[in-house]
Amino acid sequence: MDATQYTIKQISVFSENKPGRLAAIAGALQAEEINILAFSIAEANGFGVVRALVDKPDAAYKKLTAMGFMISFTDVIAVKMRDVPGGLFEMAAILSEAEINIEYSYAYSGREAAVLILRVDRVEEAVEKILARGGTLLSADEFL
Amino acid sequence: METLKGDALHTLQAKRLRWTVEQALKVPFYRKMLQEAGIRPEDIRTVDDVQKLPFTRKTDLQGGYPFGFFAVPMKEVVRIHTTSGTTGKPTVVGYTRQDLDNWSELIARNLTMIGLSDEDVFQNAVNYGLFTGGLGFHYGAEKVGMTVIPSATGNTKRQIEMIDDFGVTALHCTPSYAMHIAEVAEKAGTTLSTLKTGIFGAEPWSENMRTVLERKLGLTAYDSYGMSEMYGPGAAFECPERNGLHIWHDMYLAEIIDPKTGEVLGPGERGELVVTPLMKEAMPLLRYRTGDITSFIEEECPCGRGMKIARLHGRSDDMLVIRGINVFPSQIEHVLRSVPEVGDEFLVYVDRVNHLDELTIAVEMNRSAFSGELEDLTRAQNRIVGALKEALNLRTRVHLVEPDSLPRYEGKAKRVVDRRGDDI
Repeated sequence: MDATQYTIKQISVFSENKPGRLAAIAGALQAEEINILAFSIAEANGFGVVRALVDKPDAAYKKLTAMGFMISFTDVIAVKMRDVPGGLFEMAAILSEAEINIEYSYAYSGREAAVLILRVDRVEEAVEKILARGGTLLSADEFL
Repeated sequence: METLKGDALHTLQAKRLRWTVEQALKVPFYRKMLQEAGIRPEDIRTVDDVQKLPFTRKTDLQGGYPFGFFAVPMKEVVRIHTTSGTTGKPTVVGYTRQDLDNWSELIARNLTMIGLSDEDVFQNAVNYGLFTGGLGFHYGAEKVGMTVIPSATGNTKRQIEMIDDFGVTALHCTPSYAMHIAEVAEKAGTTLSTLKTGIFGAEPWSENMRTVLERKLGLTAYDSYGMSEMYGPGAAFECPERNGLHIWHDMYLAEIIDPKTGEVLGPGERGELVVTPLMKEAMPLLRYRTGDITSFIEEECPCGRGMKIARLHGRSDDMLVIRGINVFPSQIEHVLRSVPEVGDEFLVYVDRVNHLDELTIAVEMNRSAFSGELEDLTRAQNRIVGALKEALNLRTRVHLVEPDSLPRYEGKAKRVVDRRGDDI
């Protein structure tokens, strides 16, 4: 199963936990006219990682690196959820049955549907199982 | 011995200095050094002849790691202590049976000087083990005949219980730990009424701190100075006048030099303390540069004892004293360089939180080692803390910071920000 078309490049930006860091990142993306489609922050002891799906990941990478940020790409998948009670359960259950671990996830509720962004330990298998169960994955180019 | 003066003192010092040079010749490093300097023991006739000798630096001792500076066969070495070095390797010091006797005698002399006797109960609340403060004071206090409680550090509540329950009259610990004990005791509602004498050392402390400690603990506080290279603590000590520390002239030949030029300075001038121990068998040292800044006190002490040095506060190098433990920024650097996730720069912050020194190290991350995963960063952070704990024997806080975010210096990097100030 070739999961490439469903593998989405998330940008992961290291950030110290201090005022102004998110503003600096968001401001830079605005300046480059890069749109943020989804994002989350994970924090640990004194620092965090800002995770974002953007419409121009390579441009974002270049810009933020030039500004001195430490950044890297992470492969994630994006699944459409029914925006009704039980929508999240359907997706979680598929992965649970396949014993695929969700390392982290975040979601956004868009105009057309709710979308769940997933970082899993076995991407190909996750894509296969979700598709096999009739799930809808967003392909990478839908984000461009 | 303590009040020996004039010719009698100089004759004794010259004799012991010459013996020390002979002893040093048994060490390859010194044999070579003295050969190159063209000095034989016969050339040492007066105390001033010490100035003919080259200096010994801490880095020299490290070059001899582990036993290169021992002047006696290992079977005569009955104990080893170590102290932190300027690079990864510690400095190892060794003692013969006679050395240990000399050292206990010296500590006993200090304790007796401040009025302690076999009537006293002595709680030794410092780190036992490789740190010289523990065993050094332990045996010295036993020699006086005091009742010694080897409480070591930690479990402050228990320390306080022991002081109260055992009727402790004399307490030895670092000044910052004493402050901590005082606060915990206050909260526990005890005044530690049996205490009358406090001996504080292993880190610099101010007159302000003395006032507070004396008030809170209800004792008289004395300053103690020494270092492993000089056996350990006890080389210099405050007498009841508490105006400077008597550096024991029969055991150590002390000089004050300009740390930049090496020029010998006179009384009253501040400079680096250079010490030639006069009785060390296992590990003789010639003109050892302590790195500690002080000055000789010109006025004679009313107590009639010999030469005094001013209380020690500064260093001629970048050594930090954190909770009584010596830390060189180069040691931290050494540890950080071995962690691939660490980038180019780091900055060490020293703070005093609740009277205890805290070391916080801001560490720049290495861009190319960034996986994008929070978990990997946390793991790296823990690994750095663990490696520092192992190398420094200190708990530190590690802050991961963005690459290129720390200040860059064109000249010598400034890697330490000491924010302790003169706070107590």
